Amino acid sequence: MMPNDRPDASSIHCRDVTVQFTPSSVAVDRVELTVQSGEIVSLIGPSGCGKTTLLRAIAGLQPMTQGRVELDPVAIARKGQIGFVFQQPGLLPWASTLQNVLLPLELIGRGTSRQRREAAEHALRSVKLADARDKRPHELSGGMQMRASIARALVTGPSILLLDEPFAALDDMLRNELGRLLLSLWQQQQFTAVMVTHNISESILLSHRIAVMRAGVLESVIDNPIAWPRSPSQMRTPDFAQFFGVVSDSLRGPSSATDRSQEDTP
Amino acid sequence: MSGAAQRSPATQVSDAARQWGPALWVAVIAVAIWQLVAWGFDMPSALLPRPAEVWRAAAENRMELLKALYATGLAAAAGLLAAIGLGSLISVAFSQSRRVRLAFFPYVIFLQTVPIVAIAPLLIIWSGYQFRTVVIVTVIVCLFPIVNSVTAGLMAIDRQWSDLFSLYGAGRAKKLTRLQIPAAVPYLVLGAKTSSGLAVIGAIVAEFFVGNGTDYDGLGTLMTHWQGFVKTDALIAAVFTSTLLGLFLFGLVHGISRTLLRRWMDAA
Repeated sequence: MMPNDRPDASSIHCRDVTVQFTPSSVAVDRVELTVQSGEIVSLIGPSGCGKTTLLRAIAGLQPMTQGRVELDPVAIARKGQIGFVFQQPGLLPWASTLQNVLLPLELIGRGTSRQRREAAEHALRSVKLADARDKRPHELSGGMQMRASIARALVTGPSILLLDEPFAALDDMLRNELGRLLLSLWQQQQFTAVMVTHNISESILLSHRIAVMRAGVLESVIDNPIAWPRSPSQMRTPDFAQFFGVVSDSLRGPSSATDRSQEDTP
Repeated sequence: MSGAAQRSPATQVSDAARQWGPALWVAVIAVAIWQLVAWGFDMPSALLPRPAEVWRAAAENRMELLKALYATGLAAAAGLLAAIGLGSLISVAFSQSRRVRLAFFPYVIFLQTVPIVAIAPLLIIWSGYQFRTVVIVTVIVCLFPIVNSVTAGLMAIDRQWSDLFSLYGAGRAKKLTRLQIPAAVPYLVLGAKTSSGLAVIGAIVAEFFVGNGTDYDGLGTLMTHWQGFVKTDALIAAVFTSTLLGLFLFGLVHGISRTLLRRWMDAA
């Protein structure tokens, strides 16, 4: 299931993307990756493997040493076509929840004041935070702050959503709850998404394909066979467990895969 | 509803006693020791007057003290406010241009390191024996903590926030007004709190040089006047008055900052 009937759906094409911080430190090394419109791809790999740097390069926040990221022309033409959910909620502490969600619309100057407010209230309703609109970030729980952060990323109606380990700081229950919320929002809005995560189960549950990175290199892109629609209950199925093993092996690298095959050999 | 509103008056009095009790006890003991030393060593009043004599001198000279307190308080407050305004503008300039920062920051440090007693006579020559000179000296004394703190606040922006603004194409002006300045408010409050203690010191030091016999009469001018007449009891009364002024100004800035920070980010 990969809906792409959204008129302004965007695809992402990373061509030879290389980011080098120092001559001896290559954070992202000649990455070639295409994310189709309406697709969710998880970037997974050990810490420091370049996942976040690649995500920032896709967002245009990280200058590239070499290569380019091509987005759908609509995405390039209009500001606000890329939403970004950061690792921490990053809400402005001096602003209310509503003001935080309004911020992207105000920055890009879209619509009238009333239209912006309606859009922000709609975004808050979509993440079930309508009642918290006047609260300050410190009055919200960790999960509510992250939902506000998702609402802020989606308020402009982006065709591309980038997520940088959005649920890493949350407990398992909240992680599952927000995972379900993300799937539900994706089903409604059909954005194209790239999500950085450390969590294999999360990557399987939420994405169509899983891109495995190691030391700046995109090692493999694995098609996810788990059926749609997704729900956390699928995490208990044999298919899920089997695919978990496949992703886990890919993360360990070719040497471990060889070791495993040798162990399996009678 | 705040916690304070939920507490009964009796509890509030008890809390206040718990908070201020130890400091009051220290004051009582210090005055007792002072009285004992002055009495026990039979100190001449010109050298160490007894607490009661200081109290009497304060009462006798209350009009002069109150007038001087008003003048010094006004100069200290005006200097502090001017330093907050000027310091904030300088900090904005520093945060927007590395070249400006590199060129001028050493001179801001110079303001902090140069002994104010060394430049106060110069300022009097340039600006005259008047209120304005006292304010200028106060500004110089108060400026560095504010510039240092606010510049740090304007530049210590969380990368996530900066990325967020960049993602939506915010230019420098929007980043400054919507992100950097609001984020620097707690730093401004911190700098103002530090400077509030310095403001009274700066004003009194300037008044030492302005001297008496001019149109301007502050606590510092009063002190130099009474020192000349060896009116030690009145001099000590003036010292206490200036201390109370310093405490009042610090308390005022502290109170405003608590309210502001609570409104801003619940950081008070």
